[in-house]
Amino acid sequence: MLLQYIANGIAIGMAYAIVALGYSIVFGILRLLNFSHAAVYAFSANMILVFMGWHFGIWGAVAVSIVATGLLAVCVNQFALKPLRKKNSDKVANLITTVGASYIIQNLMVMYLGSERKTFPFFYDFGVSIDIGFYTITSAQISMFVIAGLLLVFLTLIIRKTKVGLAMRGIEQNPLAANLMGINVEWIIAIAFFMGGASAAVGGALIGGYYQLAYPSMGVMVGNKAFASAVLGGLGVLHGAAIGGLIVGVLECLIIGYLGASYRDGIAFVLLIITLIIKPAGLFGKKNITKV
Amino acid sequence: MKEKTMNLSNAFKSFLAFCDRWKAVIIPLLIAVAAILPQLGFSTYIIRLMCNILIYTSVGMALNLLVGYTGLVSLGNVAFFCIGAYTSAILTANCGWNFFATLPIVALTASLGGVMVGLPTLRLSGPFLSITALGFAEVIRLIAMNFMSLTNGPLGIRSIPRPNLFGLELNLFNKGFYYALLVLVLLITLFIYLLTNSKYGRALRAIKNDEIAAGLMGIRTGSYKVMAFVICSALSGIVGAFYASMIQYIEPNSFTQDNSILTLSVVVVGGMGTLRGPYLGAIILVLLPELLRGAEGLRFVIYGLALVLMMRFRPQGILGWKSPLPYKLPSPPRDAGKR
Repeated sequence: MLLQYIANGIAIGMAYAIVALGYSIVFGILRLLNFSHAAVYAFSANMILVFMGWHFGIWGAVAVSIVATGLLAVCVNQFALKPLRKKNSDKVANLITTVGASYIIQNLMVMYLGSERKTFPFFYDFGVSIDIGFYTITSAQISMFVIAGLLLVFLTLIIRKTKVGLAMRGIEQNPLAANLMGINVEWIIAIAFFMGGASAAVGGALIGGYYQLAYPSMGVMVGNKAFASAVLGGLGVLHGAAIGGLIVGVLECLIIGYLGASYRDGIAFVLLIITLIIKPAGLFGKKNITKV
Repeated sequence: MKEKTMNLSNAFKSFLAFCDRWKAVIIPLLIAVAAILPQLGFSTYIIRLMCNILIYTSVGMALNLLVGYTGLVSLGNVAFFCIGAYTSAILTANCGWNFFATLPIVALTASLGGVMVGLPTLRLSGPFLSITALGFAEVIRLIAMNFMSLTNGPLGIRSIPRPNLFGLELNLFNKGFYYALLVLVLLITLFIYLLTNSKYGRALRAIKNDEIAAGLMGIRTGSYKVMAFVICSALSGIVGAFYASMIQYIEPNSFTQDNSILTLSVVVVGGMGTLRGPYLGAIILVLLPELLRGAEGLRFVIYGLALVLMMRFRPQGILGWKSPLPYKLPSPPRDAGKR
């Protein structure tokens, strides 16, 4: 049974990992915890259902929702966070603003789409399952792992190999110097938000499909787990988010298997609090030294 | 247009300055109005609303000590509220204690929770602290949900008795409950006032402005931060006990993240780090949704909008305004110059 739980955990953990990327990318550049990310994630899954209602077909709906969610994340940046950066507000103001933005997004969805749970198509299941001894791996789990893994590799390549990625790393080290080198800082920040939103949308499609459910407040729990993954791996480090996501996913499935489902949502927080107390920088994070 | 808003804000400023000058008259006047208000023959619904305002004022007051004075933004204040409500409800409904006798126990259990959140904050800063508090609140809610034998799980605790003072039951009909809450709010306000004007309060403000500098000045920042958490959690717990006794039925889902956000909004909208802020914040945020009845989703959209707009246009809050009068230094000891 143990291997079965671990296999389940790896599949769902990869999905957590790509939601966690959104926290990690934005934190890397702005040193800001983006609380609105969870609502952005929930937006993606709900929008897929809306677009399906408009006869886009499932794959079309997913594609349009990825773009729409990315744009929503950019909007949060442009309308809520950019004015604060211009005024040079303190960090607390930024944090409270993202909390406010997440409430606006989530409750506008409740108003227009209703708060009830709606069934979500299990669109990447090809009905095949592989039996290995006592446990089975479904094709859905494999495709979840492959899709999420490809996205992770893709985003890592963007950040490591392209000019945009170079600019991002430059801003992470010193925004002012990056600006003097001719980098359009606001534009790069917007791209980072778009990348975070789009990867959250892929995560929304995968997790929505896995549980076959979508509802406006679905972001609260998954957002917290993704956040715990990002902190566990080290905020601002992409492969850290991936490994953090896998650890959270596997532990969650082990808890479900051995302790029962009622404590499954607690594990992410316990892990989060322990990480923050023992090693606040996370497993792969760089230690921040406060300059006076 | 620009000139007009300037005029308006100037008028607002001079109004606040006027209030500040005459506060020795205005504050007793407001207290008298608050005391007479329930006698004007309002329905129980209105009395309940006024009680709600008082509850959120006092819990906002407690959170203000953390957010406004110490600069620690806790997103999990509902945890302490929940611990307080459950402690009092279990002791009164299941063990038959008097409500007022439970309050010391409530303060104790809630401040235990405060220590549990406060200790990690020694190593954490800013947003990480907020998240830890949020996680703690969620863990507390999960415990309340799953610890069937103590909290009755998702079924909740029913028929929690009202406070009983020397045989007189304080409820919404004889307005006794309202007066109990009013006394609570005033006591908490007085407490925070005395606290923030003491050496302790100045240390907290120093930590908020520059923690490293405060440490270099010889302030033990760690123990002060934990103490701020303990005081905030004990006060929130006591308010939670009153809340449980007011609505008479609690279940884990009365204590979600929404409650924390509402409390934070009360502090932010009214004005962080002021005594008057939570009053105005609670009045606005409790009354506004009642005026907009019918759209349940809209109410939280408004809380969200309030947070975003306040941070953008008036981050110090509506009443967050500093007195132009010179800061009163504590009088130096008599023999100061003699040595």
